[in-house]
Amino acid sequence: MLNGFFAALRHAGLKVSLHEHLSLLEALTAGHGDCSLDRFYALARSLYVKRESDYDLYDRVFAAHFKGVELNRPLADELLSWLEDVQKRGLRPEDLAGLDPLTLDELLRKFEERLREQKERHDGGSHWIGTGGTSPFGQGGAHPTGIRVGNQGGGRSAMQVALERRFRNLRHDVVLDTRQFAVALRRLRRLADNHGADSLDVDKSIDKSAREGGEIELVFGPERGNRIKLLLLVDVGGSMDPHAQMCEELFSAAHASTHFKAFRMYAFHNCIYERLYTNMATGEGENTEDVLRTLDQDWCVLLVGDAWMHPFELTQVGGAITLSHQNRRSGLEWLQALRARCPRSVWLNPEPPRIWESTSARLVRSVFPMTPLSVDGLERAVDMLRGLRPNRPDVEAVFPAGAART
Amino acid sequence: MNALTERFVGTDTYLCPPDLAEAVHVAATLGRPLLVKGEPGTGKTCLAEAVAEHAGLPLLRWSIKSTTKAKDGLYVYDTVARLNDARFGDRDIRDIRQYIRFGPLGEALRADQPVVLLIDEIDKADLEFPNDLLHELDRMRFTVDETGDEISAKYRPLVFLTSNNEKELPDAFLRRCVFHYIAFPDEGMLKSIVQVHHPGVAQALLDAAVKRFEDLRKVGELRKRPSTSELVDWVAALLADGLTPEALEGRLPYLGALLKHEQDIERVERGGQRQRRSPW
Repeated sequence: MLNGFFAALRHAGLKVSLHEHLSLLEALTAGHGDCSLDRFYALARSLYVKRESDYDLYDRVFAAHFKGVELNRPLADELLSWLEDVQKRGLRPEDLAGLDPLTLDELLRKFEERLREQKERHDGGSHWIGTGGTSPFGQGGAHPTGIRVGNQGGGRSAMQVALERRFRNLRHDVVLDTRQFAVALRRLRRLADNHGADSLDVDKSIDKSAREGGEIELVFGPERGNRIKLLLLVDVGGSMDPHAQMCEELFSAAHASTHFKAFRMYAFHNCIYERLYTNMATGEGENTEDVLRTLDQDWCVLLVGDAWMHPFELTQVGGAITLSHQNRRSGLEWLQALRARCPRSVWLNPEPPRIWESTSARLVRSVFPMTPLSVDGLERAVDMLRGLRPNRPDVEAVFPAGAART
Repeated sequence: MNALTERFVGTDTYLCPPDLAEAVHVAATLGRPLLVKGEPGTGKTCLAEAVAEHAGLPLLRWSIKSTTKAKDGLYVYDTVARLNDARFGDRDIRDIRQYIRFGPLGEALRADQPVVLLIDEIDKADLEFPNDLLHELDRMRFTVDETGDEISAKYRPLVFLTSNNEKELPDAFLRRCVFHYIAFPDEGMLKSIVQVHHPGVAQALLDAAVKRFEDLRKVGELRKRPSTSELVDWVAALLADGLTPEALEGRLPYLGALLKHEQDIERVERGGQRQRRSPW
């Protein structure tokens, strides 16, 4: 059974080695053997799982392995996201009286059935899983014996804890808060160690002098310190509105990071043209050419945008979406100019990779490598900037064929 | 069976959830370091103190800074003192041993009894730091290069490592640790924690305080959400002032005990409205 659990964890993608498995067996023989499932849950987790971001995965494997609960991640998560943030609709007492109370088993069975049938989000109504309404299933609903999906609490047994998935929010592939962005950005700090001019290492000099019996010896070493300069360019407005909060969080994380030698940020709309803005509403900003001129090889560039626009906006002179602005060079040329000036650049996209196949996104990806705007994606981007991963465009140049294809 | 392998269940002032107790127990029986992570203020550092107190063992503390080197924890050879003595002193400088100063890890491995060693905020140090410690933590022995003395632990110390997640720790290092993430306590646990620190607190005040505290944690976009330790301090302030539960209804008194950033305080006072920091 234990080997099966170990295999299931590995199969689910958790990086557990034989080393940890043997440790668990050692612990079990050393007096932890008589433990209940509850204690085993904590015991095995403390040895198998080394990152809180993997707790959620562990919970799901544990629940599936020890009770046969189906692992159906995409559906379950999608379900939870339907249920978030929707207003509860009011129900009158007489509506409630007409509903049949269900026993727990019936309820669970029906819940599973209905989950299997249901294909989309529902709010209100009396049948599907959703928010409000009188269906027994969902959140914020009002059925007398309903199942609340994504419930806050209660149980404390291992099964319940595992099913409760309290650590869902610690997963790395979901975007969270400023702090996580800050941690990801901090990886940039490693970039510049051991570069630059030699400087006098006072400690080593004293140490060496003492070892030499008092003859003064000077020791020089490479200067430490971060030379990284970060330029953040953010697409704002229009299709980016739903992502505004995420962008703000990235911005505040970058802004709060003290370890950059320099940090600058500009906004643009859909694509970069002649101007980069410090205030989109008033049109304050600088000429893109002037900004580019001040950049050197130490600058890393993160672009944030959904790369979702009409291909004309990228390929045509005068294609900019803002009517007041007639660009003299095409957007794609501007992007290429930026890329040429700062090869250390990555495009972060808040939209899921499945829409990156749109013509405009492919055009952008022919210039910049693209990663998702999530903690994982940002870490990957930082690795590219640091040269730990190849930093090259995702797709072959498609310019200018994209313009004709719409 | 020594004092360390006895099961730790918490102390009078430290409430230990069962899964954490299990992790401590595993670390003690296997003789592995226990790596503890969690939001600031969830009691990572207090855990080591509580375990040492519970087991009646001395606690050695090694607080890591960005400049800390792994070797400093073992010993430092004080060459400057020796140089000074050579020029001006009257000590016999041929005996190098008197210039060897042991660090917390060195002391823990030299000790004549089991000890609890706390390596606090290990993620503050250089990236290589955890790797440099691998050998010593695994074998529980080290050599003083200058004198050739080999020091090997008679008793394996129980090692606690805390991390605030500022850096990823290397996999090879993680493999050798027992890991536990302290989840943020739920409402019931929060109340118990406050009661442990303030046994006299009235139930109504406790309920009101914890409720407001939890609401505060839900305010979006706080730069630093208040933690358990801040709740305990805040309740102390409320008690010292003799405040009643009604006082917590409107504007929160002593908000500064809970929120440490000026912007956070402003935001909460404006009713959690989104603050425009950025140009769009």
